Amino acid sequence: MQNKKAGKPVLEKFTSIFQKSLYVPLMVVVASGVIISLGGFFNEVRGGFFKIPAGKWVDFFVAWLMDNFKPAFDIIKVSVAVVLSNCEKFLLWLPWWAVILLVLVFSFWLAGRRVAIFSVAGMYLILLLGLWDLSMITLALMAVAVLITNVIGIPMGILAAKSDLFEKSIRPFLDAMQVMPSFVYLIPALMFFGIGRVPAVMACVIYSLPPVVRLTNLGIRQVPAELVEAAHAFGTTQTQLLLKLELPVAMASIMTGVNQTIMMNLGMAVLAAMIAAGGLGREVLLSLGQIDIGRGFVAGFCIVILAMVLDRITQVMGTRLKR
Amino acid sequence: MSEEENPKVKISCKNVWKVFGANPRQAIESIDDTMTKKEILEETGNVIAVKDVSFDVHEGEIFVVMGLSGSGKSTLVRCFNGLYTPTKGNVIIDGADLATMGKKELRMIRRHKISMVFQHFALFPHRTILDNVAYGLELQNIEKSKRYERAMEVLELVSLNGWEKNYPDELSGGMQQRVGLARSLALDPEILLMDEPFSALDPLIRRQMHEEFIQLMTKVRKTIVFISHDLNEAMRLGSRIAIMKDGKIEQIGTPEEIVCRPGSEYVCEFISDISREKVIKVRSIMIEPSRTIKNSLDLETALRIIKGEKNEQLFVTGSKGESIGVVDLEDIDKGIALNHIKLSEININKKYHIGPDQTIEELIPIMAACDNSVAVVDENRKFIGEVPRKVLLKALLGTENNHAK
Repeated sequence: MQNKKAGKPVLEKFTSIFQKSLYVPLMVVVASGVIISLGGFFNEVRGGFFKIPAGKWVDFFVAWLMDNFKPAFDIIKVSVAVVLSNCEKFLLWLPWWAVILLVLVFSFWLAGRRVAIFSVAGMYLILLLGLWDLSMITLALMAVAVLITNVIGIPMGILAAKSDLFEKSIRPFLDAMQVMPSFVYLIPALMFFGIGRVPAVMACVIYSLPPVVRLTNLGIRQVPAELVEAAHAFGTTQTQLLLKLELPVAMASIMTGVNQTIMMNLGMAVLAAMIAAGGLGREVLLSLGQIDIGRGFVAGFCIVILAMVLDRITQVMGTRLKR
Repeated sequence: MSEEENPKVKISCKNVWKVFGANPRQAIESIDDTMTKKEILEETGNVIAVKDVSFDVHEGEIFVVMGLSGSGKSTLVRCFNGLYTPTKGNVIIDGADLATMGKKELRMIRRHKISMVFQHFALFPHRTILDNVAYGLELQNIEKSKRYERAMEVLELVSLNGWEKNYPDELSGGMQQRVGLARSLALDPEILLMDEPFSALDPLIRRQMHEEFIQLMTKVRKTIVFISHDLNEAMRLGSRIAIMKDGKIEQIGTPEEIVCRPGSEYVCEFISDISREKVIKVRSIMIEPSRTIKNSLDLETALRIIKGEKNEQLFVTGSKGESIGVVDLEDIDKGIALNHIKLSEININKKYHIGPDQTIEELIPIMAACDNSVAVVDENRKFIGEVPRKVLLKALLGTENNHAK
């Protein structure tokens, strides 16, 4: 009697765990194994009889998007292009000393003396290396990409923190966006937005979106439950909860995300030169074509300086914002 | 003794159940009284946190809910401000049932009527002390100058003025909890829910906080539901105590009732290491007053009486029945030797007496100086009983006193 009572739930528990966590992935693995081996087999004997035409599907999907959402893409394209070109024009219009002065003021205000000295020295070095204009073009591209990324990414992160379902459903996409070789984005970006700077910005946005979404989500989820409970005990509304507690407490984490988007965007800026984005990336690409080591190295070095300046400023800003 | 004046019920808890799990309602139906928590979990997959709890909290009292961790006390108190909704049963605050309230009404109750203090303070780390205290007012969109003014007032009340510009992590634990208290008081709530507010503090600070808290509560009269796992704390602060075990109330009563008449085996075990002398009041161990004599009597009569009594001393009362002190054989002999005629003429310097609502801890030093019994007098110095040494010792030992009967 006792044996029976004790034995039954254990078995049930085991099977239910088995069903929940193992059954589905196991079936997927088995099924795909069967398909692949079958496909492989047919490929051997019949000379390419069976192949998953995934490439064709993607092509078809992209063509469908192009056919049906052309106006939407055009609107995005034009508005991004306007913002970007104005931003670029503005940075190029400013004399170099004005830009350095701005960097000085901002870095001193946001991050303190040491970072300010470092930043000014770095910018001055870029000037001396003679790549000022190209650097400004890259900076403009990056700035617009960072802006768009955060405008999309932070709300997405908040939504993910509030809804488990949303978090679960975007997770595979975020994984894919992060792991997928970044060249791959360039192709659809090219198809939707043509050649030039706009698809470059879009590719940058896709590439750098995951960290800010993840870190915003994480930051909000890590707000201690006790504090959330306290806020409720004092009669907070959901909006007040977000604005007065969750976002401020998660700010350090969110700033890390913003910092990451800047870094990743700068990295992507070089690749974006492949679709005629201009700037320092183009310089690197050209020197690659001409096997001009020196020229490529100098351009690369300028990107590193830009990255370090922006990284130091945003990082110190992040830790200061904890307060 | 406000409890005897038919006080107003502030919080009424009626057959409250709280079950966590996939199918809480069904769990309530399916269990019977004999099952333990573990059996219920295995059988139904649900955890019964609060099990059929009913009681009333009266206006102005400190009601302590006391139990070990996992007894459901924290869950119960969260039902009082709607952080948790009871699975079954009703919580009625000032006649209004929380279950019938919408989100908005509930928010209003939390903003104006019930406030909460947390075990680990739950201060907002990104806000200054001033902004922490003003938080509740900020949620009500009260303008900055007004809410800061109020926050400063409350900070003064908990003697933390001067710290308002600091951040919580710059304060010690005791100070942080004072901020937590100030944050609740800033809303001027009628009810204060305190979830083990002093448990995270070290013992010395805790005792100091108890004193400050008792003092503060004489300044701001609130109805308080106080959660504790420390029986000494409960005894010290509580007007009434509810002892919880496995989600059920084991006993409700004043500290004295619980110590003197534990209602169950569990409570017995619980109170075994409590310092009884701090809890038991003189009133509950005193016996009927023995023979008293008026000071208008003459010494000869007194001598006869004292020789006839087994007691070696007599309580002397004045003309209105007020207690004057005790005399023993030696005193009377001395009086006779000095040619006094009446009792009132001899100098009575043995004034062993105590009030009925003082604890027996306070009785011990008096008893130590006295030879036999200590008189119990009320506020008009009227003689209402006595405590013989034997009775005190028995009370300290914990053997039940049947002397009154």
